[in-house]
Amino acid sequence: MTASSLAEFTRRFSRHGGAVLGAAILFAITMLAVFGPLLYPESPWRMVQKPFLPPMMTDGFLFGTDTLGRNIAAGLVHGARVSLLIGLASTAAALVVGVTTGAVAGFFGGRVDDVLMRFTELFQTIPNFALAIVLVAILQPSTDSIVLAIAIVSWPPIARLVRSEFLSLRSREFVQASIVQGQSSFQIIFTQILPNALPPVIVMASLMVATAVLLESSLSFMGLGDPNTMSWGYMIGAGRTVIRQAWWISFFPGIAILLTVLSINLVGEGLNDALNPRLSRRTR
Amino acid sequence: MHRLHFLGIRLIKAVLVLFAIVVLNFFLIRAAPGDPAMVLAGEAGAADEIFIAQLRERFGLDRPVHEQLFFYVRQVASLDLGFSYRQQAPVLTLILERLPATLLLTLAAFLISMALGVLLGVLSARRVGTWADSLITLVALIFYATPLFWLALMAIILFSVQLEWLPAFGMRSISQDLTGLAYVADVASHLVLPALTLGLFFMAVYARLTRASMLEVAGMDFVKTARAKGLSPGRVTRDHVLRNALLPVVTLAGIQAGHLVGGAVLTETVFAWPGIGRLMFEALLQRDYNLLLGVFVVASAMVLLFNIITDLAYTFIDPRIEAG
Amino acid sequence: MIANAVMGLLPKPHVRPVAGAVRFRGRDLLKETEAALQAIRGKDIGMIFQEPMTALNPVMTIERQIVEVFDAHAVLDKSERKSKVLELLSDVGLPDPELLRRSYPFRLSGGQRQRVMIAMALALRPEVLIADEPTTALDVTTQAQILSLICRLQSERDMGIMFVTHDFGIVSDIADRVAVMQLGKLVEVGRAADVLRNPQHDYTRRLLSAVPAFVPKARPAAHRGRLLSIARLDMTYRGKHGLFTKGRTVEAAKEVSLDVRKGETLGLVGESGSGKSTIGRCIVRLLEPSGGSIRLGDIDISRMRGKQLHPIRKRVQMIFQDPYASLNPRRKVGRIISEGPMAHGVSEAEATARTIELLELVGLGRAALHRYAHEFSGGQRQRIGIARALALDPELLVADEPLSALDVSVQAQILELLASIKERLHLAMLFITHDLRVAAQICDRIAVMQRGRIVEHGDTADVFTNPTHPYTRELIGAVSGLALPSTVVAGQESTLAADAL
Repeated sequence: MTASSLAEFTRRFSRHGGAVLGAAILFAITMLAVFGPLLYPESPWRMVQKPFLPPMMTDGFLFGTDTLGRNIAAGLVHGARVSLLIGLASTAAALVVGVTTGAVAGFFGGRVDDVLMRFTELFQTIPNFALAIVLVAILQPSTDSIVLAIAIVSWPPIARLVRSEFLSLRSREFVQASIVQGQSSFQIIFTQILPNALPPVIVMASLMVATAVLLESSLSFMGLGDPNTMSWGYMIGAGRTVIRQAWWISFFPGIAILLTVLSINLVGEGLNDALNPRLSRRTR
Repeated sequence: MHRLHFLGIRLIKAVLVLFAIVVLNFFLIRAAPGDPAMVLAGEAGAADEIFIAQLRERFGLDRPVHEQLFFYVRQVASLDLGFSYRQQAPVLTLILERLPATLLLTLAAFLISMALGVLLGVLSARRVGTWADSLITLVALIFYATPLFWLALMAIILFSVQLEWLPAFGMRSISQDLTGLAYVADVASHLVLPALTLGLFFMAVYARLTRASMLEVAGMDFVKTARAKGLSPGRVTRDHVLRNALLPVVTLAGIQAGHLVGGAVLTETVFAWPGIGRLMFEALLQRDYNLLLGVFVVASAMVLLFNIITDLAYTFIDPRIEAG
Repeated sequence: MIANAVMGLLPKPHVRPVAGAVRFRGRDLLKETEAALQAIRGKDIGMIFQEPMTALNPVMTIERQIVEVFDAHAVLDKSERKSKVLELLSDVGLPDPELLRRSYPFRLSGGQRQRVMIAMALALRPEVLIADEPTTALDVTTQAQILSLICRLQSERDMGIMFVTHDFGIVSDIADRVAVMQLGKLVEVGRAADVLRNPQHDYTRRLLSAVPAFVPKARPAAHRGRLLSIARLDMTYRGKHGLFTKGRTVEAAKEVSLDVRKGETLGLVGESGSGKSTIGRCIVRLLEPSGGSIRLGDIDISRMRGKQLHPIRKRVQMIFQDPYASLNPRRKVGRIISEGPMAHGVSEAEATARTIELLELVGLGRAALHRYAHEFSGGQRQRIGIARALALDPELLVADEPLSALDVSVQAQILELLASIKERLHLAMLFITHDLRVAAQICDRIAVMQRGRIVEHGDTADVFTNPTHPYTRELIGAVSGLALPSTVVAGQESTLAADAL
């Protein structure tokens, strides 16, 4: 990217007010996730006060305590780390599978394309949350199995997007020109097509991080979180049975999820406007 | 191509997909921790020896893998999803008992989301750039980012605990033995919160797409043609813009079917709605893998069915599809 | 733009006429309310657009779209409407109106759709028809048919037409008066004959001189050796077939045989869909033909694959149609040109030196080396594309419609460049075009294609002066400004704007 196009990118992105706000919130959450554990160095699982302390009543317990006297603020901070890490890791994994599948299908076409696309469609038909539940339950809940399950259910849209980009780029004249010049398939895929296919993929990937955060929280709400890490979904699930007495136990983690997902979506939309001024709706 | 022909092809494809899902299921059972027989029986150690032996026999678990697969597919094809030792009932019976509740919930949520979503999308596109548009866009953005299960809990706190307007759990009142209209009203009052919670997320999805799609279609040449004919703005919007803008919305409805079922799992779990989603949660708690996988297969089949319906609906609104 | 403003169809609220007046029967349309304009649109003023493929609603039958006009202006009752629709459809020369009225637009060709548009615009016998580049998106022969249809209907109905076009051929054919526009300003207005013969404004003069004369140059028939020899080439596309559906097959080329001699330019002309691009793509082996042979010198390249093709790539290069799509937007110009030689083992330094030479040759200079394609105009980009094709020192250049995406004035410059390069480097060229004027300018010999077959070939002058095949005659006849009968009826006014925006 040249300096001028970087400036253009920044200009288009910041014209989108929501995107700037989203970026700010996301930055704050990321800072919390990175440095927060310094604020709460103790394990968020430790019982530190009386249970059922309401929020803003006791010093140092801004969001109160849960059913076992654990500090909710500490849980939120540690949960941010888990949510973002799992969101990023599973998106990265889904990208590897999706981009490879889509690129191969779109570039080579024909029978290879047929087989890969049938396979992709199969995964797209299976209800993805149900598949994620089954996968995590059978592989046993752990950070690895959650990342794997989320990646497995979220790669198909990426594959389809990359395939359609490759299909249309492959017939573009500059790619044909490089075939006529005698460049190798490998060279054409990596130097001609891929750089031009990336912008919509980046946008979709950013939105996928948001979906992955939602999926992770849903899984841990269902009791399928990693038993060793504190996560927002788990906190909401744990507060669920006492919702009538202590609304705050479930309330604050939900707000945290909402803010995170919202800010990532806003950033994604800003990226979309900045990178693909005329992107069609196919990404959704 | 004739519509019936189209339907036939879609059905055959659906059967193939279902077959692939059953095969996937088979390998999932084998991937589960412990002896596949134990998995099929429920939690390890919970089943007695005779039952396990029966299972081994029935699924041919002592034979090579490909034969086992054959046995398993044959079993599922004859609509036998195995037996839940935990619940002491055949898996299929358990699922069929719960299926109507899920169908009711997802259908209600689908109608709510579609109707509200398209309405808001149209409103927002017709007033693009005004405060109404901004407000609708904001609401859609927020619901799109809200975790369903949390929204469900908040709805319970507000409408059941604080305001005491609506029941929070189950599908009907246990204490009373209602019949006729009173029964319908009772179920409906139980349905409101779960259906709204599930519907609002998808409403956001449809509202966003309808808005974008309306704006895109409004810029197309044939809309200018329609205006050049002297049609009123209302008619241009209704007959030309909206009809074309709905095409991608229907396509998305098909794609969203799987997500709707996933959302139903969460909603049913929170509201104790006696559908297959709740059954899935119960199976999880009891580590009843066979039941879990059974629900998974049936949920997939449901999604396939819904896909066929939306595809068929599409042939009615887009004449180009019929041509193949 | 002007055309849209008259009808109040500008994309509000972004674009609005700031001053002036549009007078229709003494009323200023710019000052009328939306409701009043609605009553005029479609009834008193009809309009047709450039893109027939997108101008009809894809999910509505033809009949309903026409009936909407009656509906909007509350005329005719139900039974009258049906017969009126049939009458209109046959008026505009559409076959089988009964079947057609129930069809959806996707079943119609571009020309048929434009006829439907005309039927719709004329449904209520408007006094004025605004036609915004109505033939630009159509094939030459279809273009001629639509033009004569418009002229026939005009004389039958005695209506005024505002015809927006960039094509002076059409102007000389049909216009009574011409208004020439440049960058939003009216630079010249006058009777068509006067403006064309005796243009006053500098811009008009430039526009007119850029139109290539349709006079084939006499060329010495060179008897040089064959370079490329195609024999009985077939190309059949098979559509994607599903599990249960047969794919459609399209025969894009059928038993095509032609030779290109060393140092000559062979023109391959025909309308879109005639298969001429397919032939070009088979020769550069972007496609593998389904049958027949392509010999380059003594080697048959039609079946080669992968590595075998590598040495052939150097000898045959291509110039593409769309200078905006044919350059990778994310690579610098120098890189785009030097990639070719480097793929054939030339060192980077050497390739760069060669690139600079080529940039000078095509008139861009070394400054272009480190810039991106989007910093250049269409004509400059096409120069880059030419430099890229020359980078491998090919013996044969395949130029696939290299001018059709360019402005008329730029076309002439690129044509000149191609001719001079060909001369200096002794290249053979296969020049694919739909534009007979361009072909007449540059080609030594001509091959005419129709529906996948070559129907006529020979020396350019022979083919153009004595066409033997009826299709060739039709094509030549369709070249505007040449053969259309005079259709202007005295006492009527057609105003015409040559819109160069």
